[in-house]
Amino acid sequence: MNTPDLVKLIFGRLSLEAIPYHEPILIGTFAMVAIGGIAVLGLITKAKLWGYLWKEWFTSIDHKKIGIMYMVLGIVMLLRGFADALMMRAQQAIAFNGNPGFLPPHHYDQIFTAHGVIMIFFVAMPLVTGLMNYVVPLQIGARDVAFPFLNNFSFWMTVSGAMLVMASLFVGEFARTGWLAYPPLSGLAQSPDVGVDYYIWSLQVAGVGTTLSGINLIATIVKMRAPGMTMMRMPVFTWTSLCTNVLIVAAFPVLTAVLVLLSLDRYAGTNFFTNDFGGNPMMYVNLIWIWGHPEVYILILPLFGAFSEIVPTYSRKRLFGYASMVYATVVITVLSYLVWLHHFFTMGSGASVNSFFGITTMIISIPTGAKIFNWLFTMYRGRIKFEVPMLWTIGFMITFVIGGMTGVMLAVPPADFLLHNSLFLIAHFHNVIIGGVVFGVFAAINYWFPKAFGYKLDPFWGKCSFWFWFIGFYVAFMPLYVLGFMGVTRRMNHFEDPSLQIWFQIAAFGAVLIALGIGSFLMQLFVSWKRREQLRDVSGDPWGGRTLEWSTSSPPPVYNFAFTPVVHDLDAWAQMKDHHAERRTEGYLPIHMPKNTGAGIIIAGFAFVLGFAMIWHMFLVAGLAFLGLLVTAIGHTFNYKRDYYIPADVVERTETARTEELAAHV
Amino acid sequence: MKLLRGLLIPALALLLSGCDAVLLSPSGDIARQQRDLIAISVVLMLIIIIPVIALTLLFAWKYRESNKAAHGEYDPDWNHSTVLELIVWSAPLMIIIALGAITWTSTHKLDPYRPIDQLDASRSVAAGTKPLVVEVVALDWKWLFLYPEQGIATVNEMAAPVDRPIEFHITASNVMNAFFVPSLAGMIYAMPGMETQLHAVMNKTGDFAGLSANYSGAGFSDMTFRFHSLSNADFDGWVAKARASGAELGRDDYLKLEQPSEREPVRYYASVSKGLYNAILNRCVESNRMCQSDMMALDKQGGQGIVGAYNLASSVGLRSRLGLTEAEKRYVGALCLTRDADVAAAPAGRSR
Repeated sequence: MNTPDLVKLIFGRLSLEAIPYHEPILIGTFAMVAIGGIAVLGLITKAKLWGYLWKEWFTSIDHKKIGIMYMVLGIVMLLRGFADALMMRAQQAIAFNGNPGFLPPHHYDQIFTAHGVIMIFFVAMPLVTGLMNYVVPLQIGARDVAFPFLNNFSFWMTVSGAMLVMASLFVGEFARTGWLAYPPLSGLAQSPDVGVDYYIWSLQVAGVGTTLSGINLIATIVKMRAPGMTMMRMPVFTWTSLCTNVLIVAAFPVLTAVLVLLSLDRYAGTNFFTNDFGGNPMMYVNLIWIWGHPEVYILILPLFGAFSEIVPTYSRKRLFGYASMVYATVVITVLSYLVWLHHFFTMGSGASVNSFFGITTMIISIPTGAKIFNWLFTMYRGRIKFEVPMLWTIGFMITFVIGGMTGVMLAVPPADFLLHNSLFLIAHFHNVIIGGVVFGVFAAINYWFPKAFGYKLDPFWGKCSFWFWFIGFYVAFMPLYVLGFMGVTRRMNHFEDPSLQIWFQIAAFGAVLIALGIGSFLMQLFVSWKRREQLRDVSGDPWGGRTLEWSTSSPPPVYNFAFTPVVHDLDAWAQMKDHHAERRTEGYLPIHMPKNTGAGIIIAGFAFVLGFAMIWHMFLVAGLAFLGLLVTAIGHTFNYKRDYYIPADVVERTETARTEELAAHV
Repeated sequence: MKLLRGLLIPALALLLSGCDAVLLSPSGDIARQQRDLIAISVVLMLIIIIPVIALTLLFAWKYRESNKAAHGEYDPDWNHSTVLELIVWSAPLMIIIALGAITWTSTHKLDPYRPIDQLDASRSVAAGTKPLVVEVVALDWKWLFLYPEQGIATVNEMAAPVDRPIEFHITASNVMNAFFVPSLAGMIYAMPGMETQLHAVMNKTGDFAGLSANYSGAGFSDMTFRFHSLSNADFDGWVAKARASGAELGRDDYLKLEQPSEREPVRYYASVSKGLYNAILNRCVESNRMCQSDMMALDKQGGQGIVGAYNLASSVGLRSRLGLTEAEKRYVGALCLTRDADVAAAPAGRSR
């Protein structure tokens, strides 16, 4: 009998060779990350902030803090994803006339894969989830989400997934397959190394978090609305959040399942998607897009909701066509399941199948168009204040309709045969994701920031950020539309035709402008923090908002509302203001609240170790991590000290302080 | 439509002047019809897009807070208008009905599997015309073209007579690619164990670029080929040149060629081992593997039962080619079904 090789059980295929010390770019990055990381950790230690961070943030089950942590995660990962984008733009701008550029395919292919994965899963998803987490309970007059612990756990699972992607930078490598990892390329025969495993496990770990947070928010919206808030009195942002989370809960299990099948192919020798033994890669392509298409609506719907809050607020008018807005959202939700095949018209389906999916795709543009018109008519006969969120909104409306138009062009199957996989396609989806999701997130951050922190964001740097992003977007992506018409396809490492180079150079310049936009945004955060006393808002309602989140203080107290508001109309807070509703200042009761717990971060930590160990075939470690995960999860069920009461006098003190502050600033 | 096209294409051409936008000035009839569809859909959508952008800018400007002149119109409670809502839903609906009808007919007309019936807008295909059949195999990372009619094969270069319909049969050896000659016709995926088809025709002579449009691994960026559109006489000359090479593409040569390589030079083969394309498509170029077509035919009849469970082969060389390096892995061995006389009879059953 062989003695089990202990070293192999513990370390799997991990060895010192996995550290890419021969790659100067990675070593430079690692040095920067290490120095930066040590500096941050040192500062935290020096300021003795660890206890504060652990107690007030990491273990917090307050939806507001979790929402903010999601936003921080999204912004940090944006820097990583954008660094990848800059490298790609630089590579394609110089790799002409036999110049191989500075990124060989082995490295370049990882970069475009990582860029897509990070931007979708670890930038857009956390930003959108963060916004919903922060805003939805406040908008419906609730004190927290339905399952506060689950919320904390979901967040840390997303962080674990993000950390796995980051780990692939310095230990081993990431997938070289494109962001959806189509087999057979992602199968064991073609990609035997750890890259695809990093891809699978980071998405699986983060996917658990996303699915659970979807369930959580659905339960919250369905069950925890303030009395009087019927479905047709819900703010549009809450409506779009509800639809998004329905999409998440229905779509993410498909992703999980398809990745499980791919893992079985890679770990257990099954043949779901292999070339031989009856495997069928086309099945993977179908399954992943059955998740993938709803995913883009998961990203955009909440921002449609945010615009539906921003436009009426700054136009100082009611939203035009609330009911048609709601129906449009629901129609989009349903239709988003009937279009997935348009991502592969070129895979050889028959003409009738292709036409069906092309036409359903076009039909989605009808409710989307109705939404655009509704925002337009909300502005009509308004009195529009051009604060920063409104600038982003106008930028969105102009940019998004162009992206919608190019999208419908791609939905005509014969036209798609020419444009599929081309830079035209790349330009199209960046047009809708940047023009829709990114512009929307920045609009939303500028809009809700004073609610979260009690001071407005500096408008000067906000405008800089907007203009750099807006102009940068057009400079970076219009050339890609042109290149698409020139027959240039995506994921190319270098080019032969010198006439293309000028367009790539223009695009690279656009990427630099966008970098300035991101820089201005970070500057905006810093300057606003420095000037927070001048930018302070004590009213809790700096913009003249219309929904319930503006009725409480900024930042809101832990319990959000001392008294659960009663809703009589759509735009509940605007209606209260119209009727000069008095703030209730007596009769406080103790408030029942959930208690912080470290279980979420510990379980997610085990999930990280489990994922990492599975990637490297460290099966002993993986087993132990799984055991640890299970024991912590079960142990947590025996934790009966999950809630506490905020005593009535504490509530009274908090509310009286606010009453005095409000009186002092009238 | 003619008028719209006449207006739009020069406008786009002007916009893209100074660059060679091959999709806007294609040389094949299929690509030209696809280009026209792009133009038509753009025009139809601009009917909505231009007013939306104009109104956005107009309303944003006119109803800005500092414009005191518009304050008289301010109406904070105005939030509904049945007429307007009917318009905002029905205007896009009309456009989509028009575009949907165009989509349905054009998708059927330009279905890549459908034999073409016109050489260009004014000439239809003469009755009884036999299309030129080209079998395309996407290898890691080069293109193999087989000409069953002419009996030749080439690597990274293909040719076709101008104005003769071409019927492509497309597959791949290993990973997914997409076969794309932008000036000829739209792309279609090339997939291992699968066959896709494309019917097209080139209307101009010349030397055109072809490429893989679907990322397929490290050598993907150099996976290009030339498409020569030639007069009939020149095409015959090109075929003669390939024949003059004298080389034969046998199964073993194919298996060597199939190994991953980058920037392969153009190669010509005077003849091709019989049934090679079908063997590639059915993943049984190696003589001791069962063809997928046989496997499917057997399964369709209820499978081989217990006997089938023993029909596994595990020759070392083939296992490593399939990525089955671990000792216990097997693949399905060939039965004595090989019909091609020129292939040595394969050892059946449990060959080791």
